[in-house]
Amino acid sequence: MRFLFDKNTWQEIFGSIGKNKTRTIITVIGVLWGIFIYIVLAGASKGLDNGFEKNFETVAKNSIWAWSQSTSMPYAGYKTGRSLRLKVGDAQTLQNRIPEIQYIAPVNTKGVFGGAAALTVRGLKSNSYPVYGYFPVIAKMATQKIYDNGRFINDDDEEQARKVCVIGERTQQELFEKDEDPIGGYIRVENIYFQVVGVHKFTQTTPFGTDGDIYIPFTTFKKLYNTGDGAQYFTIAAFDDADVVQVEKDIKSVLKSIHRVHPDDERAFGAFNLGEIFNKIMGFANGLTFVSLIVGLATILAGVIGIGNILLISVKERTKELGIRRALGATPKEVRTLIILESVFLTMIAGIIGIIMGAGVLSLINSLTQDTDFPYTNPTVPIPLVIGALLVMVVLGTLIGLIPAQRAVSIKPIDALREE
Amino acid sequence: MIEIKNLHKSYKMGSNALHVLKGIDFNVDDGELVAIMGSSGSGKSTLLNIIGMLDVADEGEYILDGIPIKNLNETKAANYRNKFLGFIFQSFNLINYKTALENVALPLYYQRMPRKQRQEKAMKYLDQVGLKEWSHHLPSELSGGQKQRVAIARAMVAEPKVLLADELTGALDSTTSYEVMDLIQKINDLGNTILVVTHEVDIAHMCKRIVYLKDGVIIKDEKVKQVKALAHV
Repeated sequence: MRFLFDKNTWQEIFGSIGKNKTRTIITVIGVLWGIFIYIVLAGASKGLDNGFEKNFETVAKNSIWAWSQSTSMPYAGYKTGRSLRLKVGDAQTLQNRIPEIQYIAPVNTKGVFGGAAALTVRGLKSNSYPVYGYFPVIAKMATQKIYDNGRFINDDDEEQARKVCVIGERTQQELFEKDEDPIGGYIRVENIYFQVVGVHKFTQTTPFGTDGDIYIPFTTFKKLYNTGDGAQYFTIAAFDDADVVQVEKDIKSVLKSIHRVHPDDERAFGAFNLGEIFNKIMGFANGLTFVSLIVGLATILAGVIGIGNILLISVKERTKELGIRRALGATPKEVRTLIILESVFLTMIAGIIGIIMGAGVLSLINSLTQDTDFPYTNPTVPIPLVIGALLVMVVLGTLIGLIPAQRAVSIKPIDALREE
Repeated sequence: MIEIKNLHKSYKMGSNALHVLKGIDFNVDDGELVAIMGSSGSGKSTLLNIIGMLDVADEGEYILDGIPIKNLNETKAANYRNKFLGFIFQSFNLINYKTALENVALPLYYQRMPRKQRQEKAMKYLDQVGLKEWSHHLPSELSGGQKQRVAIARAMVAEPKVLLADELTGALDSTTSYEVMDLIQKINDLGNTILVVTHEVDIAHMCKRIVYLKDGVIIKDEKVKQVKALAHV
């Protein structure tokens, strides 16, 4: 072991690899390429992973939207084809019966799923926009970015059915002057004046939704459009650890029992389960990470075997040199150590260069995809994985170095010297 | 310095054995310059390899400076070679990617001598063979005679008990051969024991004693009047 930390040993190894540049470079390229591919693959798949996460970051990842349709089976004296209508009170029932539900809010809309959008007028400007009746709790399920000075709908708005609204960016641009502060301004929606309390930045938080929405309190919506106790759909968020597929089933069966629908009626209620889709995408990303890990490791292995191969050839080529060294007093152990240390050292150097190059390429891809829709964010390779890869390389480098090293000492010095 | 008694060596060639050395008895005193002569196949190189611990005898005794050389493993042989022996080969056997100085310093590396000390000592011996100015040249940049002088410096740098030269002039023209022999004679005059294997009569006569080998036995062992190589240069 003392040998390892001896300056002379390393000077000898540097001499040997430094003065055989072509051989060294060719040897290094194999492993360098291997670790490079490994780092790029691992980093890229992590980047995709982060990208997907980011795309979903504004919305609760286990969101479910549930709506009513019409029955397809007769039940309890009702004939088939009966239209169903969700009731506001159903939300409370669902929350009470299904403990996995964290938040639930009924929503009514106009101009989103059919129906004319609301004609909105401000002074001489006018346009039609979809209108949502929202409870404040919506903000907890789908993060709403509200521009400075503004706010989202709050509980007081709801209780007092205030005529306030949160408008989309496009709505602001179309109804207000460029340098005008929309907050506190009034717009006329369906002939009723609403005070603007916030402007929301457009992010895709629901499967629908645009940049030109108008949000008003749910109770105000009820009065405006006379929706009574009806609700168009529920936005539901389950707790993080809940099984979203099961929660969706539970929601549907509770709704069926409330609305007296046949338990096997699949068409009575519809649902969009973001959690399930999210899990599928993350499963895909995880699979990608796994595959890239396997491919990367296999590439490293191929590279190390390449080093072993070249060292084996170089040992043959160096038979005479090794014979001379042994005639001059190198013990078999010293010859073996020389070859193995060369192998390990080359592997390490190649590995480190490969890691640096891989990191460079990753950050290049990152900067190229920065402002695009491509789901690619912050590609990183966890340090343990990098260290693990280096460790694997050192171990493999040693093992593979053993073969040429053993070959080098198996030739008797006298035979080595005789070889011309 | 060297005592050899009843040395036998045979090589297996397929089914039959080739008996190369058939009982050699041979002594070399301190400071001698001995030529071992013989035609090819006479066993002279085998004898030198056994003395050089590159090969082992089947039978017989070999004592080097009072140390019985037997039951050698590779590691022990390597240490003995490093400490006791210096080799000079026909084909020089310099390491081609190392400079003259590094080649000379190599035996000292295996004695674990620090680099600086190693280079100083190597430079001293390079100076002794007259190649101080060529210390940083690669073997490919040196002439045959210069290469052999580097090899001689390398053989001497560890201050071995015996120098073993195997056909050291075999690859050189006669003028260069005499120059190299002149160097060998000078080194011998300093008190070093040297064994030279050769089949060239004129080279043999530049030594102080000639041992004739034929078919694995010594047929003649005589002291000769040394011809000074300098006279031919």
